[in-house]
Amino acid sequence: MAVLLEVDNLKKSFGGVQAVGGISFSVRRGETLGIIGPNGAGKTTVFNLITRFYTPDSGDIRLMGSSVTRLPPYKLARLGIGRTFQNLRLFKELTVLENIRSAYLSGHRYSPFAGIFRTRRHLAVEEKAEIKAWVLIDFLGLSGKEHAPAASLPYGEQRRLELARALAIEPKLLLIDEPGAGMNPREIQDLVLTLRDVKEKFGLTIVMIEHQMGLVMNISDRILVMDFGEKIMEGSPAQVKKDRRVIEAYLGEDGST
Amino acid sequence: MRFFLESKKLILLAAAVYIVLRLIFGFGLVSGYIEQITIYVFIVILAATGLNVIYGYTGQFSLGHAAFYGIGAYTSAYLASITGLENVVFFPATILAGGIAAALVAAIIGIPILRLRDDFLGIATLGFGILVRVFFDNSDKISETLGGSRGFTGIARLTNLEIAFFVTVFLLLVTRNLITSRYGLFWRCIKEDETASASVGIDTARMKLMAFVYGCFLAGVAGALYAHLYTFLHPSNFDFLRSIDFLIIVILGGMGNIAGTIYAGLLWVGFIEGLRIVLPANILDLRWVFIPLLLIVLMMWRPYGLMTKRKS
Amino acid sequence: MEQASYIVAQLINGLQLGAVYALIALGYTMVYGILRLINFAHGDIFMLGAFVAYFLISRFGMPIYLVFFATMAVTALSGYLMEKIAYKPLRNAPKISLLITAVGVSLFLEYFCSLRSIFTPDYIGFPRPFEVEAYNFSLGGLEFAFTNVQVLIFAITFAALALLYLLIYKTKQGKAMRAVSYDQETAALMGINIDNIISLTFMVGAALAGMGGILYGIAYPQINVFMGIMPGIKSFIAAVLGGIGVIHGAVIGGLIVGVSEVIVSAFLSSTYRDGVIFVILLIVLLVKPSGIFGKRIDKV
Repeated sequence: MAVLLEVDNLKKSFGGVQAVGGISFSVRRGETLGIIGPNGAGKTTVFNLITRFYTPDSGDIRLMGSSVTRLPPYKLARLGIGRTFQNLRLFKELTVLENIRSAYLSGHRYSPFAGIFRTRRHLAVEEKAEIKAWVLIDFLGLSGKEHAPAASLPYGEQRRLELARALAIEPKLLLIDEPGAGMNPREIQDLVLTLRDVKEKFGLTIVMIEHQMGLVMNISDRILVMDFGEKIMEGSPAQVKKDRRVIEAYLGEDGST
Repeated sequence: MRFFLESKKLILLAAAVYIVLRLIFGFGLVSGYIEQITIYVFIVILAATGLNVIYGYTGQFSLGHAAFYGIGAYTSAYLASITGLENVVFFPATILAGGIAAALVAAIIGIPILRLRDDFLGIATLGFGILVRVFFDNSDKISETLGGSRGFTGIARLTNLEIAFFVTVFLLLVTRNLITSRYGLFWRCIKEDETASASVGIDTARMKLMAFVYGCFLAGVAGALYAHLYTFLHPSNFDFLRSIDFLIIVILGGMGNIAGTIYAGLLWVGFIEGLRIVLPANILDLRWVFIPLLLIVLMMWRPYGLMTKRKS
Repeated sequence: MEQASYIVAQLINGLQLGAVYALIALGYTMVYGILRLINFAHGDIFMLGAFVAYFLISRFGMPIYLVFFATMAVTALSGYLMEKIAYKPLRNAPKISLLITAVGVSLFLEYFCSLRSIFTPDYIGFPRPFEVEAYNFSLGGLEFAFTNVQVLIFAITFAALALLYLLIYKTKQGKAMRAVSYDQETAALMGINIDNIISLTFMVGAALAGMGGILYGIAYPQINVFMGIMPGIKSFIAAVLGGIGVIHGAVIGGLIVGVSEVIVSAFLSSTYRDGVIFVILLIVLLVKPSGIFGKRIDKV
């Protein structure tokens, strides 16, 4: 299997506190990699480093072999890395449709002139954006809410909207940050099915940070365990569950479903 | 073509307004002063719309908008006077020149400045606005015509109802089309959440600059029209208070609302000038005591602008 | 040596002006630290201070030391009222509405005071409460002089700063002020009365601005109801330069602004005096937006 993403010895400190201390791993095309670890382990920081919202103090990030460590964040999205956020970052006042269209349109342009004078190109691109948005709305179960402001949606639907928006950039790699947060077991089951469907239909590679063991163990091909900004173990869900170091790090945590 | 077909209703409405105004002015039903104020309203609406794009839609807090208004005014007037092309035929060229000058300066200053967030951007633009005013005050060192702190006099009176109306309506339509295109969508995304915008592939730095440059272009065009309406420019016309004027109109109209800016511009200018007409001479000074009080009351009553009933 | 003496003399003049700016800047920085509000009306409190002092000295013949206390009391009260009447009702409104309100308050104060029946829009001569004397010094071949006005300004500013430090770092109220500026919600949960702390902040800032007004009147004895506009903007710039929200930043910023302004005015041209400080501001904002003593904030 080809390697899609390579993280090479990434380090990041904030004002003297080391958040990430030399982490390395690869993500193979088509797999689902789960990242787990206690709070404060640096998981979201790694996401932020990969998507270039932070600049690493040292280390390299390579997407399909090419280094992306010096690129601005929006370029990463254009190169095919999509993400969702731990605390949801929807465009609150914009409608569901507008949230999703914005992501599609970022990669499909027409000139301002075309926009002003409503040329054929403008219409063609906008139409494709509409269609793509409708497909995603339907697939993610948001039908009927197209024109609702994102802020008016119930929490579960907001999470699905953020997923739909990330999918609209037609990513190869999807970074999902705690998708199961705040969900009850039934919702988590639905989420597992949705993620499997999405992955299959769009041919995605997924990296997922998650605390809910039921979710992450169920859906991941491989799991990476972090603590104190470092990788402490990497392996299959079965291996990880039994590993002494992992159990220690999660002292008191229930590691089974 | 589609440009006009899509905006059919608006164009018809605009045409109706124009015809009514043309008739009123043509039959001398109002004084020259009121004619001038009406044309001024269009100019102010145009400039305020520029700030609306920058701040109302894209969320970039600019307190120096009047500087670009002034750059457009001085550039247009200066070009007209040194080339001697002071007639209606070449006027569109000088108007365009005013807009472009403002846009160029906006591009140069925007690249470093727009990285700043919120209040800091406001302070930086405030500072820049004052720098520009100081520049105008010293402009006679560059050329006597510019007048420095004595002011720029003798500008040709070229702005009339037709030109002001046509330019304003056209640019408002252009603005509306931009807003409803992917660019306007990106601007609104950036205002909502810049980080999320970047995460979906929007080149936020470029889009912010584009909004800023376009908004300042509108201000420059408005300034050019202004220069050839009042035929006299003084640096104090383009100071911080003028920037606040535009900001007030954008806020009152409800940020990110083109129609709102039109109404608010009309109301604000109408109110200020209306007071000047209505109040007897001896208490005219009280105008500027009551206007700020009214402003404070308005902010408390409708903090989200006059168009919405929102209070929280 | 004469050139050097001239430079030193201008430096001292700059510090004199800078001290006044520092006093005003303190009020800006304190209010911004607590409310994230740029109080555009703060410069007008400075103006009020000058005018109240003018009236107390010229109409009532009050002795100078009483004038300080009385004026500061009046400006502190003005600051208190300003906050209670205009800003408090908008505490949950969008910040921009608060800003526009501040502008409204500023304009109202200026134009109300400019009415013929109040202070008039004219320039008024501020009465010198004592004779100006110069003290000459010679240090290493350099001749320079301090005037008693300058000594007064430096002494009073220094004393005010010392008292402010005592307040902020050695009293319970000061601790509460610092807590509120870090995190208003948590401070409230800890039992701090937010309203009182905000009022206190406004009052202290206003008192300092009022003091600045008196000193300005003594040093540059022409006052006018619009005198607060430019010093207000410049002092705010000074606060940003030094690091907004940081007390010593406001002071250092104020001194830098004052010295730059006087030096440029003396060596280049006085018509550029307003422009210089904004060039400095733009440079600082681009290099370190949080200001000289400000704290860096990481994004996301």
